[in-house]
Amino acid sequence: MSPKTLYDKIWDAHVVQQDDDGTCLLYIDRHLVHEVTSPQAFEGLRMSGRTVRAPEKTIAVPDHNVPTTLDRASGVIENEESRIQVEALDKNAREFGVHYYPVNDVRQGIVHIVGPEQGWTLPGMTVVCGDSHTATHGAFGALAHGIGTSEVEHVLATQTLIQKKSKNMKVEITGQLRPGVTAKDITLAVIGATGTAGGTGYVIEYCGEAIRSLSMEGRMTVCNMAIEGGARAGLIAPDETTFSYVKGRPHAPKGAQWEAALAWWKTLYTDEGAHFDKVVTLKGEDIQPVVTWGTSPEDVLPITATVPAPEDFKGGKVDAARRSLEYMGLTPGMKLTDIEIDTVFIGSCTNGRIEDLRAAAAVLKGKKIKDGMRAMVVPGSGLVRAQAEEEGLADIFKEAGFEWRLAGCSMCLAMNPDQLAEGERCASTSNRNFEGRQGYKGRTHLVSPAMAAAAALTGRLTDVRELI
Amino acid sequence: MEKFKKLTGIAAPMPLVNIDTDMIIPKVFLKTIKRSGLGVNLFDEMRYDRDGNEIPDFVLNKPQYREAEILVAGDNFGCGSSREHAPWALQDFGIKAVISTSFADIFFNNCFKNGILPIVLPPEQVEVLMKDAEKGANARMTVDLEAQEITTSDGQVFTFEVDAFKKHCLLNGLDDIGLTMEKSAAIDSFEAQAAQSRPWI
Ligand code: SF4
Repeated sequence: MSPKTLYDKIWDAHVVQQDDDGTCLLYIDRHLVHEVTSPQAFEGLRMSGRTVRAPEKTIAVPDHNVPTTLDRASGVIENEESRIQVEALDKNAREFGVHYYPVNDVRQGIVHIVGPEQGWTLPGMTVVCGDSHTATHGAFGALAHGIGTSEVEHVLATQTLIQKKSKNMKVEITGQLRPGVTAKDITLAVIGATGTAGGTGYVIEYCGEAIRSLSMEGRMTVCNMAIEGGARAGLIAPDETTFSYVKGRPHAPKGAQWEAALAWWKTLYTDEGAHFDKVVTLKGEDIQPVVTWGTSPEDVLPITATVPAPEDFKGGKVDAARRSLEYMGLTPGMKLTDIEIDTVFIGSCTNGRIEDLRAAAAVLKGKKIKDGMRAMVVPGSGLVRAQAEEEGLADIFKEAGFEWRLAGCSMCLAMNPDQLAEGERCASTSNRNFEGRQGYKGRTHLVSPAMAAAAALTGRLTDVRELI
Repeated sequence: MEKFKKLTGIAAPMPLVNIDTDMIIPKVFLKTIKRSGLGVNLFDEMRYDRDGNEIPDFVLNKPQYREAEILVAGDNFGCGSSREHAPWALQDFGIKAVISTSFADIFFNNCFKNGILPIVLPPEQVEVLMKDAEKGANARMTVDLEAQEITTSDGQVFTFEVDAFKKHCLLNGLDDIGLTMEKSAAIDSFEAQAAQSRPWI
């Protein structure tokens, strides 16, 4: 048998049927659902008299629209369209009998944080969701990617997806990271090196010593942004770190099933000599804390650098850079550390997990944020929030001057009231710095949680290494 | 998806060219959580004034066309966006076939996904059908997908082309989901085998 990549192995284990032209019917083990992209899909089922084929493999949670203020448990959602979408999910989840974590459930949170936390996401699975950041779940060695609303309906009805296989790409991070450098810096550095289209047509497998050394939280951060690099999915082979994270989670296998699962999971790695269509290698030691200066996630530079000029680029990127600089209100040549910010957002499915909050709290401990700074922490789930309170992190944030919010997507995409005002500038731990993403004419600099905390203290983009 | 075999119904004439998806269903109606219910806002800006009153001159507001199931339209129907709200709105109103000299590509495909038959004919034939539609409610037109024929109210017959696979899907009411459901035996046996090899899923 010819050697296979991890992607090949998971793919092969899920092919129901293959046509002559390579189109496959792929079986889906887990289907995650949120309130924005699912209403029409459920409606479609209803109109055609269909049911959800595997409600026990379908998990729904409202996250994009939910308010994150402390009063949300008592009140209704003020924005009517948001409220209707959340209510629709409530109704659909109950009517079709899928697993559901409503707004007032402590386990509610961002769908990509809830799935792993509850043990729904397991190695070797196929996982889909009507959301591009489904790539997050690849951290477990699960083949996970986003789908559109018609496909959501297709999966609900058939538990399969019509798919063609992508190409294999290997991204290797050798050696070790230096202090102050995190998973977020890895994933941004990779996008900086390959561009936002560098992964188009591929499924990426991240490997190398620096990846192996990451916690599950860090691995999820890396895979989360595979999509910003253009890839369909990101993968990391499961290992002891994975198994010990999964063990004991509510929906993880137990007893004899655990042993059987473990035996299979241990076969999920890329065979020696397997073929990759593209290989990218970065040295862990070379990666520095990075920030984005523009309006594309590929606009990444080490914090020690200066703002580039449009002429530094080639082709179509010259105009794009000019437009970005204008939108961001930046002058070429200025130091990135001179960029003043007024808002800090710590949260999202990229960096809303416990380890992210620990990293930020470590920088903030015993300190106060700059006067006039608006800073908020939005934990990725109710359970992350509870754990952070137990560990005393919440107090550190509150004493430093941060708002301590309830779980949801919040200012990552500003579909709820958490938005930047026109011209406001934010150091954000989220994943997209597109124009208007965090609010109309809002300006976003993507950073790691530690870098976001550092910026909150000084009021400008800051090299966290100076503070640790 | 509903099957489409043969339809005899009222055809409404819309000779305007370049009717785009925003005209078919304006942006403000896209925040819905449904794909049904868009029919009342089909052609909203042409159909109602600012106060929400019907504009009597608009074709679908005229008594003889309120029950129309076929549209005979000007060139390049459905240009603009890729969103499925446009065919959703047409379908919800009750339109089952649209005849024109040309369609925007994405819209054309979206129609088939939603049980609507778009038919392309040469300009002179569309002109005849437009005239026929203008006769009003007594002039019922027949669209026969199986035979690939349109028959005017006075018996004139035109044949049309349609992709064999898409025809098969429409005739049998199959969308992607319908097609996959035809393979449910294969899915069943995959599930049974997975329940053995990976019982923890
Ligand atoms: S946190 Fe942001 S990126 Fe993640 S699912 Fe929510 S909106 Fe999408």
